[in-house]
Amino acid sequence: MDTSVENGSVTRSDLPLRVINSGKSMIAVNARQKIRRSFNQIRAENIFKRSLVIIGLIMVVLVLGILLTLVIQSLPSIKSLGLKYLWGRVWDPVQDIYGAWPFLLGTLLTSFLALLISIPFSISVAIFLGEYYPKGWLPNLLKNTVELIAAVPSVIYGFWGLAVLVPIVRNFETHIGVEPVGVGIFSSSLILAVMIIPYAASLGRSMIQMVPSPLKEGAYSLGATRWEVIRSVILPYTKSGLFAGILLSLGRALGETMAVTMVIGNTSLIPKNIFSPGNTMASVIANEFTEADKPVYLSALIELGLVLFLVTVVINLIGKKIIDRFTNE
Amino acid sequence: MKAGNVKYRIGKSGGFQALVVLFSVACVVPLIAILFYIIKAGITKINWHFLVNIPKPVGETGGGIANALLGSVIVIVIAALIAVPLGILGGVYLSENKKSRLAYWSRLSIDILQGVPSIVIGIVAYFWLVKPLRGFSALSGSVALAIMMLPIVVRSTEETLKLLPDSLKEAAFALGMPFHRVIFKVIIPCGISGILSGVMLAVARIAGETAPLLFTAFGNPYLSTSITKPMQTLPLLIFNYATSPYNDWHDLAWGASLILLLWVLLLNIFTKLITRKWKVQL
Amino acid sequence: MESTTIKSPIIRSKNFNAYFGNNHVVKNVSIEIPKNHVIAVMGPSGCGKTTYLRCINRMHELIPGATSKGEMLLNTEDIYSMHPIFVRQKIGMVFQRPNPFPNLSIYDNVIAGYKLNGIRLPKADKDRIVEHSLTRVALWNEVKDSLTKKGSFLSGGQQQRLCIARAVAMEPEVLLFDEPTSALDPISTSTVEELFHELKSNYTLIIVTHNMQQAARVSDRTAFFYMGELVEYDETKTMFTNPKDNRTQNYITGRFS
Repeated sequence: MDTSVENGSVTRSDLPLRVINSGKSMIAVNARQKIRRSFNQIRAENIFKRSLVIIGLIMVVLVLGILLTLVIQSLPSIKSLGLKYLWGRVWDPVQDIYGAWPFLLGTLLTSFLALLISIPFSISVAIFLGEYYPKGWLPNLLKNTVELIAAVPSVIYGFWGLAVLVPIVRNFETHIGVEPVGVGIFSSSLILAVMIIPYAASLGRSMIQMVPSPLKEGAYSLGATRWEVIRSVILPYTKSGLFAGILLSLGRALGETMAVTMVIGNTSLIPKNIFSPGNTMASVIANEFTEADKPVYLSALIELGLVLFLVTVVINLIGKKIIDRFTNE
Repeated sequence: MKAGNVKYRIGKSGGFQALVVLFSVACVVPLIAILFYIIKAGITKINWHFLVNIPKPVGETGGGIANALLGSVIVIVIAALIAVPLGILGGVYLSENKKSRLAYWSRLSIDILQGVPSIVIGIVAYFWLVKPLRGFSALSGSVALAIMMLPIVVRSTEETLKLLPDSLKEAAFALGMPFHRVIFKVIIPCGISGILSGVMLAVARIAGETAPLLFTAFGNPYLSTSITKPMQTLPLLIFNYATSPYNDWHDLAWGASLILLLWVLLLNIFTKLITRKWKVQL
Repeated sequence: MESTTIKSPIIRSKNFNAYFGNNHVVKNVSIEIPKNHVIAVMGPSGCGKTTYLRCINRMHELIPGATSKGEMLLNTEDIYSMHPIFVRQKIGMVFQRPNPFPNLSIYDNVIAGYKLNGIRLPKADKDRIVEHSLTRVALWNEVKDSLTKKGSFLSGGQQQRLCIARAVAMEPEVLLFDEPTSALDPISTSTVEELFHELKSNYTLIIVTHNMQQAARVSDRTAFFYMGELVEYDETKTMFTNPKDNRTQNYITGRFS
């Protein structure tokens, strides 16, 4: 319904001739009092409608403010370092050399590796809950448990990763003969993979449940097996939705800070392989922001934040657009 | 069709199903492993002393997390005080204005806000509050967390209100109720379970947030209740102590992790139960 | 067009038009509605009868894009220069589907117009209003022992009577009914129809219906809408026995619906 601000002015002619029909009324309310209250109500209504519009405006201003703050604060770095900052291979604030490539690479490696590991799991959960077992207490338990994965604070994932996962990875690294540091891109990816499962899984589940049953029944009636129905009906029908879920997972992985910061090893050298320690954009900001003593240093870190902001915004918006289109079909 | 072919296809189908079940069940393993490990490592640390004392310096045993517990509560309550009214009214605005141009941009902004990495919000809160006020403060941390809560509250409110039938609003308008009373007396009360569950999920989400607090609330080894001074919170304490080289501090962090985990998980489970129970019959 | 002139009508509209965006749904309707009568508004679906009804208490304008033009008077006052809050307090409305407030008890539903508008009344007054209103809609005996229960526990017919009680409790001058029985079973329908005769002594009732038999049964006067126009408006008896317009003739003999 419409909330547009109506003409709020109230004239004398608005006064109800008979607010309460005295002849048959049984209500002992002082009519004049009631009129005054109604006038207050009208004023309050107008104020309320205006405040709602202001709140709508605040939300827009908030996001523009975030963008503007990031841009303004990264200006010193953009001015003095230019575009080549993004692919500079060396990050050495002591020597005033700033190159973001190690962090871009670190972010891309951890996120895509995490995505690669998590996709089979999240898609399986989506198929399990969406197609094989949509009802019952056990699937319900699985659904709630998977949702709880997203509820665990990332600092706890980081701490557990540091205490439990890193020694295991170190062992594994000794076995395959790479430098056994334990912390690094690989450990971060494993932790991230777990953390991002619920996003693609829950979206995928609802997408799969939306597949019209006549489509499935048509395939079954031709003698298709369950697997054939999933492969030739369900997956093609939901592929854009599943892709959107994976995008949202990716957006989450790119921006994840604490868990990664705790297990990635925090070095600003370019990672040699997926077992090397490294840094992501988020983790280098977390580590160095409060230590950045030079304006350009701080500004370079904020520029990383700006890049991170823009990339995640674009990925999330694309994901949302796909979902909207899918659900409106 | 040959029988052998059909058998092969049925076998393949069964094999795929087994694979899906296997992978799905495997998802639960890390969560259970984390739960068990943290309970095992944390349960022995938790006692009354742990809850009411502040951390001891390195070398001394004992000490507790009272400062972080109190700090978390203060920071979260202030964040909620900022974000909940704003978020609910924002949700009302979006559900009442489905087509206006400003509503389109507001909705887009909320979508964007939902995906902004928490560390970026920390940076922004630093420039909005920490720098102008010349120092880290609990208040700046609360503002950062409020920004994170806002899209969750707005979205859950909007989704809840959209599901309410129009007839409800018409009934209220037809009685001569002004718009604000229709919203506060009819629409919000009828959608209260959905709105509350959104608020609680948002609280659960920010209770474990660390990144936006690194440059805002900053952390404080002592007990502080001043919102203009740095303040310790549970996630900050866990991060700082877990990455320290001291075993005593690790122990403290395990205890704190268990408390934080219980807090967040119980809040989540509680929310699920309460939504089911409080649902208004329409 | 009218066979009898109406003295001091309570609702009078002159060249009234209503639109959804560019869609002209009510065209130049002029009508005079006498006090303490039951008026039926009938016509095939999409003829603008509900829209016209919703214009009388300014509910129409709540729909985005909906506008209206023309004169609409309550007694001698222009409804469209009053504030909608006052209009709706004086012209009550009952909807197609019963819509009691699900968060309120039966008792609070009846006094919702006061309670939710922030008007505080002494307990004794509230009790009196509730009993009086529920008695008027013949619901008092059925619910007097369960007044604290939620309104949504009642049956459909009871809910609809509760909604009528809610409107009656505001002591309006006019009561609008938008197909009030179309969601009800036959027994509840006849209970509600009996109420119309009851309520007529205190209120003016305008009832939109697509059910001709209902119009014939309950109303004193009938208005026939077709494609947004008021085709004919007359005493119900005259209308059903001796319609003047061909389209009315066709409609009441079932040649189109």
